[in-house]
Amino acid sequence: MKKYTYTDKKDTRSGFGAGILELGRTNPNVVALTADLAGSLKLEGFIKEFPDRFIQCGISEANMIGVSAGLTIGGKIPFATTFANFATGRVYDQIRQSVAYSGKNVKICASHAGLTLGEDGATHQILEDLGMMKMLPNMTVITPCDYNQTKAATIAIADYQGPVYLRFGRPVIPIFTPADQKFEIGKALMLNEGPDVSIFATGHLVWEAIQAGEKLAEEGIEAEIINIHTIKPLDEEAILTSVRKTRCAVSAEEHQLNGGLGDSIAQTLARNYPAPLEMIGVHDSFGESGTPAQLMQKYGLTADKIVEAAKRAMERRV
Amino acid sequence: METQQLEQIAVQVRRDILRMVHAVNSGHPGGSLGCTDLFVALYFDVLRLKRDDQGKVIFDMDGRDEDLFFLSNGHISPVWYSVLARAGYFPVSELSTFRKIDSRLQGHPATAEHLPGIRIASGSLGQGLSAACGAALAKRLNGDDKHVYVLMGDGEQQEGQVWEAASFAPHHKLGNLTAIIDLNHQQIDGPTDLVMNNRDLGEKYRAFGWNVTDMKGNDLADVLRTLHESKNDSEVPTLILMHTEMGYGVDFMMGSHKWHGVAPNDEQLATALNQLPITISDLKDY
Repeated sequence: MKKYTYTDKKDTRSGFGAGILELGRTNPNVVALTADLAGSLKLEGFIKEFPDRFIQCGISEANMIGVSAGLTIGGKIPFATTFANFATGRVYDQIRQSVAYSGKNVKICASHAGLTLGEDGATHQILEDLGMMKMLPNMTVITPCDYNQTKAATIAIADYQGPVYLRFGRPVIPIFTPADQKFEIGKALMLNEGPDVSIFATGHLVWEAIQAGEKLAEEGIEAEIINIHTIKPLDEEAILTSVRKTRCAVSAEEHQLNGGLGDSIAQTLARNYPAPLEMIGVHDSFGESGTPAQLMQKYGLTADKIVEAAKRAMERRV
Repeated sequence: METQQLEQIAVQVRRDILRMVHAVNSGHPGGSLGCTDLFVALYFDVLRLKRDDQGKVIFDMDGRDEDLFFLSNGHISPVWYSVLARAGYFPVSELSTFRKIDSRLQGHPATAEHLPGIRIASGSLGQGLSAACGAALAKRLNGDDKHVYVLMGDGEQQEGQVWEAASFAPHHKLGNLTAIIDLNHQQIDGPTDLVMNNRDLGEKYRAFGWNVTDMKGNDLADVLRTLHESKNDSEVPTLILMHTEMGYGVDFMMGSHKWHGVAPNDEQLATALNQLPITISDLKDY
C-alpha cells in the first residue's frame, strides 16, 4: 500500500474559499453569491478584494438560484453558495428549470454537506443531494476529498461551460492530495493499485478509504483505491478497468445509498461487468445531532467498515 | 412605430394565437390575447434590439448592449412566439410547429431547442423576476446601460419566490429593471380574489421599495407611454400594474378564466377570427 501522509488538516470549505479568491484575481467574470452564509462559505477574502462582485441575497435561496441564472446572461460566471441542504432540496425546481434545463453556466457551491455538519442535526444534514443533482440532465456533480482538491476543483469549474454542483464540507480533515495537482472533471484518480478489491470513494470518505487500505495491507490484502471526485459524468472506464482486474468492489460516500456514488457504480457494473459491490453509505435514514466523528461512527462511515465491506466483497467474488 | 401600425400587428398576432392553439387543441389563449398589446409594443417599439446592417434582428444569448425581455408566466408562449416570429427572430411558418414533436416551439418557452429570442426556460411559475434581477445586475457589472423587462402573471404573485426577488431588486438598486404584472384577475381555478386574494399588489410592491404605476394594457398608446417612462429612474426598479382583460379581442373569451388553458373548437375559431380581420397575412400551413 502506497504511503499517504499529511502535514496539515483543514476543512474543504476553506479550499473553496481559497479557490474562489484566486478566481476573483484571475477571472473578472466570476461573481459570488450567498444567502446569508458568507462566513460559513469562507467568502471573506473574496468580499474584501472584490466587493462589487459579491452579491448578498439574504435568506432567499430560490431567488439566489434565479439571479445566478440571470447573471449568466451577460457572461458572468456565478458561484451560488449556501449549505448543501438549501442549495439543492430547497431549490430543486429553480435549479431544474432556470439552470439545468436552461443550460446556464451556474456553479452551485454547497458546504456543510452530509453527516459531518454535526451538531445542527438532520434538518441541515442533507444526504440526498448527490442523487437529486445527478438526476438532472446537463448537471455535473463533483465531491472533492480535501482542501487542496476542493481549491483545485473550484478553479477548474470556472473554465467549464455549464451547470455544476460542487459539494464540500465543514470538518477539518487531513490534506493529502498535492497542492499542484490539476483537477480534471470526470477523471478518477488512482490512489493505490492493487489486485484484490476495488475501493471507490468520494469526498470525506476518500481519507477513510486510504486508512482502510492500510489496514487491509496489514492483513495481506492489496486494495485498489480510486478517488471518484466526479459523480457525474462518472469515469466508467476507470471503474470497469479496475473491477475487471479485482472482480469485486466497495463504494464509500457520505450520502444515502439511494442516488449516491454506489448507486451509479452499481448501474455501471450491472450494464457492463456484473460483479459484487458492497456499499458504504447511509441506509435510508436521516441524520441526527452529534459530533462529526460520533455520527460517522454511528452510521458506519469509517475505515473499519470499509475494511469489513472489502472482505465481504472478496468473499462474494465468483 | 405609429400606434395604428402596431394595432394592425396586434390583430394579426391575435389571429396567430388562436390558430396556433386551435391547431394542436392545447395551449393558453386567454392570457396570450390579453397581453398581445404589450408584446407588440415591446418588440416593435420599446425594446432597443440588436440588429444587423439590414435592420434584421440578431439574437445572441448574452444580450449585451440591448434591452432584454423575460417572460415569467411562460404559459402565454403563443403570444411571445407569434411576436418573435413577426419581429424576425425566426420564420413565421415555424409557428405551425407549436407544441408538436421535434419543435423549437415547446409548450412553455425553453432554451434547450435554441429558439432565437428566448434566454431562459419558464413555465414553473415564480422564477422570472429572479432571472431578470440577475440579468439587470450583469448589465450593471458590464457597464451596459440598456434595460431589462419582465412580465409576470397576477396569479403568479402567489409564489413565494416572487417576493424574495421583490426584496432583492430595490435592495440592489436595480433601476434598470421594469417588472410588469398582467393584472387580469383570473387564474386557472377562477377569479384571483377567490382563489387566493392578492389584495393590493401596488401597495405591496411600494412597501418593498419599488416605483409603482398603472397601465391600461389593452390601450397601445398608454402601453407605449408607460413603458418608455419606466426607464427613467436610475436607482429604483419600476413595477407596472398592467390592467388587461383575459381573452381581449374575442368577445366570447373576454374576462373569463375559462379560456385560460383551453383551445377553441372549429366553430369557435371561425367566430373569433371573424372578429379579427387579417391585417398582414395568415400562415399558409394551417
